[in-house]
Amino acid sequence: MTPALVAELGRIVGPRWVRHRRAELATFAMDGLPTRESYPGVVVLPGTRGELIAIVRALAAARVPFVARGAGTGLSGGAVADSDAVLITLTRLTRILSIDPVRRRAVLEPGVVNARLSDAVLPFGLAYVPDPSSQTACTVGGNVAENAGGPHCLKYGVTTNHVVALEVVLPEGDVVRLGSHAGEPWGPDLVGLFVGSEGMFGIATEITVRLEPIPASVRTLLADFASVRQAGEAVSAIIASGIVPAALEMMDRACVAAVEASIYAAGYPTDAAAVLLVEVDGERDAVDGEAAAVETILRSHGARDVRSAATAFDRARLWQGRKKAFGAMGRIAPDLAVQDAVVPRSALPRVLEQIGEISDRYQLTVSNVFHAGDGNLHPNISFDRRDHELAGRVHDASREIMEVCVAAGGTITGEHGVGSDKRDYMPLVFDAATLQAMCAVRHVFDPYTRANPSKVFPQHTCREWRAAGVA
Amino acid sequence: MSAVLARLRALLGTAGVERDADGLPRATPDTTDGVAEVCRLAYEEGWKVRLEGQGTWLPADAPADLALSTRGLDQVVSVSPADLVATVQAGAPLEAVRRRLANDGMWLAIDPPGRPERSIGSLVATATSGPLRLGFGPVRDHILGCAVATGDGRVVRAGGRVVKNVAGYDLTKLQVGGFGGFGVITELNVRLRALPRADATHTARGTRDALTSAARDLTAAGVAPAALELLSPALAAESDWILAARFTGTDVAVHAGVRTLSAANDLAWHALPVDRTAAFWGLTARAALGGPVTIRLGVLADGLDDTLDLVAHHLDEGLISAGAAGGMLRWTGDATVDHLRALRRTTATREIPMTVERAPWPVRHATGHFGAYREGVAILVNRLRDTFDPRENFRVALEGEVADGA
Repeated sequence: MTPALVAELGRIVGPRWVRHRRAELATFAMDGLPTRESYPGVVVLPGTRGELIAIVRALAAARVPFVARGAGTGLSGGAVADSDAVLITLTRLTRILSIDPVRRRAVLEPGVVNARLSDAVLPFGLAYVPDPSSQTACTVGGNVAENAGGPHCLKYGVTTNHVVALEVVLPEGDVVRLGSHAGEPWGPDLVGLFVGSEGMFGIATEITVRLEPIPASVRTLLADFASVRQAGEAVSAIIASGIVPAALEMMDRACVAAVEASIYAAGYPTDAAAVLLVEVDGERDAVDGEAAAVETILRSHGARDVRSAATAFDRARLWQGRKKAFGAMGRIAPDLAVQDAVVPRSALPRVLEQIGEISDRYQLTVSNVFHAGDGNLHPNISFDRRDHELAGRVHDASREIMEVCVAAGGTITGEHGVGSDKRDYMPLVFDAATLQAMCAVRHVFDPYTRANPSKVFPQHTCREWRAAGVA
Repeated sequence: MSAVLARLRALLGTAGVERDADGLPRATPDTTDGVAEVCRLAYEEGWKVRLEGQGTWLPADAPADLALSTRGLDQVVSVSPADLVATVQAGAPLEAVRRRLANDGMWLAIDPPGRPERSIGSLVATATSGPLRLGFGPVRDHILGCAVATGDGRVVRAGGRVVKNVAGYDLTKLQVGGFGGFGVITELNVRLRALPRADATHTARGTRDALTSAARDLTAAGVAPAALELLSPALAAESDWILAARFTGTDVAVHAGVRTLSAANDLAWHALPVDRTAAFWGLTARAALGGPVTIRLGVLADGLDDTLDLVAHHLDEGLISAGAAGGMLRWTGDATVDHLRALRRTTATREIPMTVERAPWPVRHATGHFGAYREGVAILVNRLRDTFDPRENFRVALEGEVADGA
């Protein structure tokens, strides 16, 4: 990184918002993935939209690659930069620019923290629905880049279903506006294409999201089962009944044990093989009726006990263990490989057994917490990254878990993204032509591949497709 | 022309090629690879290709050297009720898909305009959602993945068969509403829902302003039907405007919804008899074929009155169906290129996008499905087009004649 560029960045944002000493860079050398550490060349923290655009233009002129980063809570190593790249950290861009309660829209800067947005719209009886477990820290800009999910996405959809418009600064410095307030695309659906592009198409400078009315009534049910298979079958029966729960979450015995041994103890029965959290919401009468129907299904599928919570306080307690499960697992070992894969719902019991077999074979501690309603698994492997032999086993077991999920008709990530962690698994799910098409689309937005370089794709995949429209 | 026919027959066999009413060779391959091979041949020969589905939505009038129809791809490949997903070939008629899914207690919650035999590929390529968009989202929310043949004959398989998937870029979104400009959709993985146990529609009549105002009150009161559609007198074949509210789901949820409907406003709501519900919404869908041109405008509830005035001013107040709780307004009728451009210019200043969904070739060629893009976007779209259809073999008018600026 040249001194001239560092000085130029300092001129744009003020010298105190440019970090380039090694000690300062340590904070930014990792995201939520414990196995990938890389020091960026420089970190720059713009304080305004104008500064952000000026930075991107300066980097375009200097032909320097960059990585956009929100709170750094991502779990796929997507928000780390190599030493030849500038890390643009967006955590100062925290303004909610407007809230329109009648239109149910909010316009915000990318650094707004997910939970803060929901807090801000709460007085209007509205919510921003996508709720990743990291919602108290993660930014909406990061959610857009990763197409983040969360427990309540079963009924309401993931980030892409809640973003209606974007202003984006493209890697070469042009600023474009995509989408419309109504949610209707303006031409091809470039908002849909941008969401989930992992910071490789540019940086969202302004995000317009859809807000949902807070349901009149919410009921949370917690059921415990003597076997994972029974719990899985109860999930299928609920879905088949036509009820669409707002959330349908499962935790296995290892996960429950970790939660109950932690400060997040939620009173889950520790002898259960599986615990199901089911939430139904809507009109009061409908919720009463559907909650009763869900309880009947749970009991007829072998639930030993079903607890029900209707008040906000009691519901929060039932949810606490689930939302803090990853934190609770931190007690077990210094590091946690939070895996993320999706399988068809019907394959859940079989795949869980296969994951158990893999973890036994590699002598690893795996706890499962997942969005059972949409088949999104999080097998979490506790380990210590300083133990290289152990870290090697974690790597090999992770790959086998991915292969099992793909073989079952699933995919390698449902909400955490590919980043640098899962690049090598991409050929498991996509053929060469499709990978090349993705690379070609990336060139459309970023002709010189300077935005979040060397993420998502294995290095060799991007050569074949004629780099369309690019000199 | 006969050379084209002979080459296609050599590729697909005589059963895979026919002549349309005007004598144009029409290839009807029955596999994804077959579609890709036709694209490859056209790419190598420089032939222009007209894309067709079942031929009931866009008129088959784009000048071309051959037509490529997906009607040979008409199978429901698989239905997985436990996973709420189905794989369907793009040429499958919607009605056949609906019946097949209903056998398994499943439902694709999209009610597009047009005829029931319309192909599912055409619905996706044009992103023509219907009134259920309010409760179940636009077409994009229902499509988990697709196979596409590109203009130079490659096969790209985007997305997957699971409801959550962030592996790689979301190329499926580009195909939904891409009008074929980024490839020919050959196969789709669609998200299903359990067939609703209850499905109730209530209608109220009144002046336009009374109904749009009532609809805003309903939304503010938290009433959340699956559809809340405003229908013009001509479209509903009634003397007044009609507001139709549809509730779907479990019995308790539907009853609860209907109760909130009557409690929240003073309109006189009438329950549609159960046996007339399907016919009512079917007629609403078919009304979009009541004229040669159909457009949609992305408009929110608070802009609906103003936008309806604009449509009446520039076009007419004929066949209109609009999401009264916001989302989209669809107009059908006869319109000149100049009138469409004038309306598009006006709505653009109000941040309302206008898409020409359906029109005779000379009209859509001039106006484009999308018209001029916003600043900086045209270069992106053109590069995407160049990526997926490098020689522009597909006769698709996305932008139209841009010189006129609308």
